[in-house]
Amino acid sequence: MNEKRMIEEDQHFEDVIAEESICIQENIVYEKPDTLTDTPFHYCPGCGHGVAHRLIAEVISELNIQEETIGVAPVGCAVFAYNYLNIDMTEAAHGRASAVATGIKRVLPEKYVFTYQGDGDLAAIGTAETLHTCNRGENVLIIFINNATYGMTGGQMAPTTLPNMKSTTSPFGRDIATMGHPLKMTDLVAQLPGTYYVTRQAVHKPGNVRKAKKAIMNGFKYQKENKGTCFIEIVSNCPSNWKMTPRESNKWLEENMIPYYPLGDLKIPNVKEN
Amino acid sequence: MKELRLMKGNEALAEAAIRSGCDAYFGYPITPQSEVLEYLSKEANVRTGMVILQAESEVASINMVYGAAGTGKRIMTSSSSPGISLMQEGISYIACAELPCLLVNVNRGGPGLGTIQPSQGDYFQSVKGGGHGDYKLIVLAPSTVQEMSDFVKLSFELAFKYNNPVMILTDGALGQMMEKVELFEQQERKTNIEPWATVGKPKDRERNIITSLHIQPDKMEEINLKLQAKYREIEKNEIRFEETNCEDAEYLIVAYGLVARICVKAAQLAADKGLKVGVLRPISLFPFPYEKINELAGKVNGILDVEMNAGQMVEDVRLAVNGKVPVEFYGRMGGVVPTPEEILENLEKKLAGGKA
Repeated sequence: MNEKRMIEEDQHFEDVIAEESICIQENIVYEKPDTLTDTPFHYCPGCGHGVAHRLIAEVISELNIQEETIGVAPVGCAVFAYNYLNIDMTEAAHGRASAVATGIKRVLPEKYVFTYQGDGDLAAIGTAETLHTCNRGENVLIIFINNATYGMTGGQMAPTTLPNMKSTTSPFGRDIATMGHPLKMTDLVAQLPGTYYVTRQAVHKPGNVRKAKKAIMNGFKYQKENKGTCFIEIVSNCPSNWKMTPRESNKWLEENMIPYYPLGDLKIPNVKEN
Repeated sequence: MKELRLMKGNEALAEAAIRSGCDAYFGYPITPQSEVLEYLSKEANVRTGMVILQAESEVASINMVYGAAGTGKRIMTSSSSPGISLMQEGISYIACAELPCLLVNVNRGGPGLGTIQPSQGDYFQSVKGGGHGDYKLIVLAPSTVQEMSDFVKLSFELAFKYNNPVMILTDGALGQMMEKVELFEQQERKTNIEPWATVGKPKDRERNIITSLHIQPDKMEEINLKLQAKYREIEKNEIRFEETNCEDAEYLIVAYGLVARICVKAAQLAADKGLKVGVLRPISLFPFPYEKINELAGKVNGILDVEMNAGQMVEDVRLAVNGKVPVEFYGRMGGVVPTPEEILENLEKKLAGGKA
């Protein structure tokens, strides 16, 4: 694109936004929820974390529960989640987010408490805390981002890394015989009587984003019913460590991740009983 | 009217937690301190609404403490040596995030699974750090069941005064033995909200974030400098110790906790033989009474440090004495409690040249 043409396009853009109609409330089709801060996301281009953060922020804003919500950030790529969400937050040690959330919720039972954790955090080092929090039926929401890799430390094998999938610590592909099987944590917690709502979602396509938002909305709403843990897995991508473009990673996610981690509800509240 | 009861140390500590208006206890069973969780499970919630939760591990317990302490309430846990080892990562986070809370270590013999008998083998772990990074706990060492009760209230006061975790470092004998204890009156549960607490962000304040992550080195150094300044302030204000017959003593014994009581008896035996022995009992192990020990070192012929370990506090005693007089050590390990007779025998042998 040459410079002249750029200037022409800029001029055209300015002409368009000069029209007063753009400022009419009903015409706003996209805005930043007030639960998001002005801090730019540090996430890599194409990563699902940004979308997941935004959905949480939208839900908190739409439910108008900013003043009643406490979030718990993990160790992993989302360690700085508290920089982006304009709510009170605690940064947990690696894997311990659900124990930290338990501590908060037990002394502030009227508040909304949620954790945001990756697969290494939740399904490897934090497995015990995750299972026991769900088994006690703590009235917290656990949001689990599964991208099958340790993103922050540079792409090592995660508990959810698929069979034969390459990582820096499974450079020839995950060998099930020596490295074990991918852990389907969401299927596990769905079996526990303490969980109330368990679902697996994705955010790689607009339709999935809408469904994931609905799930997060449910997760927060159900917390008021005090009937147990809500657990939402979001199957996500990691273009940087998968060494793919964002578009390639979404395609790979659809062709490989989703068949292993099928989307949908694993446990939904029985509305008739309520 | 005085409320006197005959209680186990662990029970007195649990009763004191309820009476301190403690909001929540998170813990895991381990001998020799399981009575704390048992007593609280039975008494606490019905009396004050205090939250009691038996966690799946000490790792979970300390992280529940971290989360709950972040709400600015009075939060505690207790355990014994192996369990306290498991908590060290969480304690480091709590210290860095400057959260007030009470940690109790009913010390048993180690290393490893060790024994369930009393020990002072966790002095280094409690006083010198234990977890990663430069941090300090305020460490109080009771020597009676009465102090097992009194120090709970004091610990919460100090924790909130300095926004710092406080550890009561006691041992299996003090936890298990029964003594008369005068209980203090029931305190109100806390109602004020700390300005830094994560309780939900009202519109008129910035969000509160509890974290120990400061990725920029200059920022992390700033946090460290702030912590160190606080520790210097604690050293200035919170040194506690007890002196027994130190005024005209020829020899000094330094000992803490249960052992200090045995040493007072050893000093009485020495007095019967015409040897003047004083006992200095550090009550706060951090901050440590370096100056007091240095001052007393100028008045005696020698110092015997007695502990139920291989010689840990003796390093601090030697730092305090700074070569003024000989400092000798006598200790028993593995859950063995020294007798007054053997302490006196070692004092005579190592310092008094068989004088007594």
